[in-house]
Amino acid sequence: MIATHLPVLQVAVPLIAAPVCVLLRRGNYAWAFTTVVCWGLLAIAALLLDQVMSGGTISYRLGGWVPPIGIEYRLDGVNAFVLLILAGTAALMMPYARETVEREVRPGRQHLFYAIFLLALTGLLGITATGDVFNIYVFLEISSLASYVLIAQGQRRRALTASYQYLIVGTIGASLILIGVGFLYAKTGTLNIADLAVRVPALGETPAVLAAFAFITVGVLIKLALFPFHVWLPNAYAYAPSMVSAFLAATATKVGAYMLLRFVFTVFGIHFAFETLPLTEILLALSLIAVLAGSLVAVFQTDLKRLLAFSSVGQIGYLGVGIGLASVTGVTGALVHVFNHALMKGGLFLAAGAIACRLGATDLSALHGLGRRMPFTMAAVVIGGLGLVGVPITAGFVSKWYLVQAAFEEGLWPVALFVLAGSLIALAYVGRVIEAAYFRAAPPDAEPVREAPWAMQLSTWAMIAGSIYFGLHTDLTVGIAERAAAALLGGAP
Amino acid sequence: MEALTHANYWAAIVLAMIGLYAVIAPSNLIKKLIGLGMFQSAIFLVYITAGKVEGGTAPIIDAAYGVYSNPLPHVLILTAIVVAVSTLAVGLALTVAIKRDYGTVEEDEIDEQDRR
Amino acid sequence: MTEHLVLRVISKLLIPPILLFALYVQMHGDYGPGGGFQAGVIFAAGLVLYGLVFGTAAVRAVAPPRLLVVIACLGVLLYAGVGVASMIGGGAFLEYGALSADATHGNHVGIIIIEIGVGIAVAAVMTIIFSVLAEWR
Repeated sequence: MIATHLPVLQVAVPLIAAPVCVLLRRGNYAWAFTTVVCWGLLAIAALLLDQVMSGGTISYRLGGWVPPIGIEYRLDGVNAFVLLILAGTAALMMPYARETVEREVRPGRQHLFYAIFLLALTGLLGITATGDVFNIYVFLEISSLASYVLIAQGQRRRALTASYQYLIVGTIGASLILIGVGFLYAKTGTLNIADLAVRVPALGETPAVLAAFAFITVGVLIKLALFPFHVWLPNAYAYAPSMVSAFLAATATKVGAYMLLRFVFTVFGIHFAFETLPLTEILLALSLIAVLAGSLVAVFQTDLKRLLAFSSVGQIGYLGVGIGLASVTGVTGALVHVFNHALMKGGLFLAAGAIACRLGATDLSALHGLGRRMPFTMAAVVIGGLGLVGVPITAGFVSKWYLVQAAFEEGLWPVALFVLAGSLIALAYVGRVIEAAYFRAAPPDAEPVREAPWAMQLSTWAMIAGSIYFGLHTDLTVGIAERAAAALLGGAP
Repeated sequence: MEALTHANYWAAIVLAMIGLYAVIAPSNLIKKLIGLGMFQSAIFLVYITAGKVEGGTAPIIDAAYGVYSNPLPHVLILTAIVVAVSTLAVGLALTVAIKRDYGTVEEDEIDEQDRR
Repeated sequence: MTEHLVLRVISKLLIPPILLFALYVQMHGDYGPGGGFQAGVIFAAGLVLYGLVFGTAAVRAVAPPRLLVVIACLGVLLYAGVGVASMIGGGAFLEYGALSADATHGNHVGIIIIEIGVGIAVAAVMTIIFSVLAEWR
């Protein structure tokens, strides 16, 4: 019986767990409870993915109302895959959370931190699971509001201004999506994604549909932080608490990519977006600028967390390239990169947090000689960094391989060149970190530093080991992503 | 006359533009939040207008009436209003915390302090 | 504002009808205009008016923040609890009809409980937002 309710449990369980965390009142209890919940969510996500892979699309009727009148949770290969990424990231980060939250969050507020973390997770899972466009807006705002609060918990006061900036930009982005959804509803009288997928292409090129497309695309790009809408991202990731930087870097922009896929491919249809409108050209241009500009700016950062944040701006560009190419190989590459980048960037931000926990700073100058002083953590940074570059046997290689291949299939070899150039620039910024940690001697008066606590290393290494494992064994990720991409492009929702 | 039948939509466009300007132009953080509120209200106006059915009455079933306005946009906007209120609350709480830590709510002065 | 006699008297006259009207809107939410959101906000408006005129310490005495936090959480849990109960009853999440053998009766019960959950959560949260922002120095 419980198996039929899994789609709604995926979203309802963290929503119910959040107020329970508030009532628990103790940081430690709330941590233990959140850990159990997150691993339970991972189990649910794995079962759902298995159901979808073996039995096809799952539809769950909320409140028993028949879609398209009622709200429907609709799971196909794409969102079941993203659900697994979200729940997996949250579960793997829980051992880490306890150490860092105890250090970085005020004692009376730790249980509230976990409650808001669960709400952010609820929002992200909800956006992914739902089959209703207005629900996407509501869950988007739940996750965004929770993220603003989480980012503001950073120790430096700049976390507050970073969070405020994100709040303004994020709310405008979500409002634009709301306008677009309003136009779609006014024109079609439905909010159900599967129903919209039938009715919107039938309307053709009416002004209302064009306006809806423009509003929704821009709103989603703001949430995805694709160049030139990335302004909020670097500060938000750099000044948030370590746990929050890692979690948001691994999940929030990935859900943005999912929303872009869902709206462009399912709701508006590939024909409308890429043949009637020049979305390929626009997305490719913006994405390639993001790849180059984001990576170049990362080279000149003096702080590890800011460097990683700008590298995220560049890596989001790769997602845009894959989606913009609008071919099965391209979308496969983007989906695989969503998975791989979540592992790599999550692991890297966790390692940066571990360094911050022992050194109290993440300036590159503070990293001098750290290769000897914190060997395990720095090794994780190196492996994760090589993944960002796209060195073979790391996961980053797999996704870039597919993107380059997709570019050649379309005959767009300059795109492939840009992707490779982005990798070279990534080598430059990763090289700067390696140089600081391994080729510069520690200052003689440096205080002795211990390795990071084992729980923090466990989470960091779980993510990094995952990025190696999925670099060697690509059957699982690529297999699922290929099927999902084929389903998206085939037009069948 | 065509323009007058769409008076609500024109009002929404003007309101949204004023709101967007008020988010971007002033350096006072509270004024930005006010602008954000106006921008969101403009969207609410679009939805509510679209839900009006010509000659329809309030959507409460009664034997005396046959035509009702569409209640769904009202419900959607009720949810969106709750979201807007929550956003405003978080924004104000952040502003209060910024005032506590920086001693000011003027953006240029905050930037000045950050640059130091 | 405690020294303004007119304000004090008028608000003392107004606050009880405001709270009563909130309860009216709450209880008519299942078959008329109204419901938990509106009722919660009206109720909180009464408390906010009380706080504006008599000071936030007075609100704190009537509704201690720790209690409000518990009420807000219970409101959410009440809502979600109806969803879980309807799943146990054999329906989908939030399918109120499954709460009782008679679907119409189940719908009635489900909506009333949900509206109460929404109402107390909204009233508590709005009061918390007001007092936290008003007392922050």
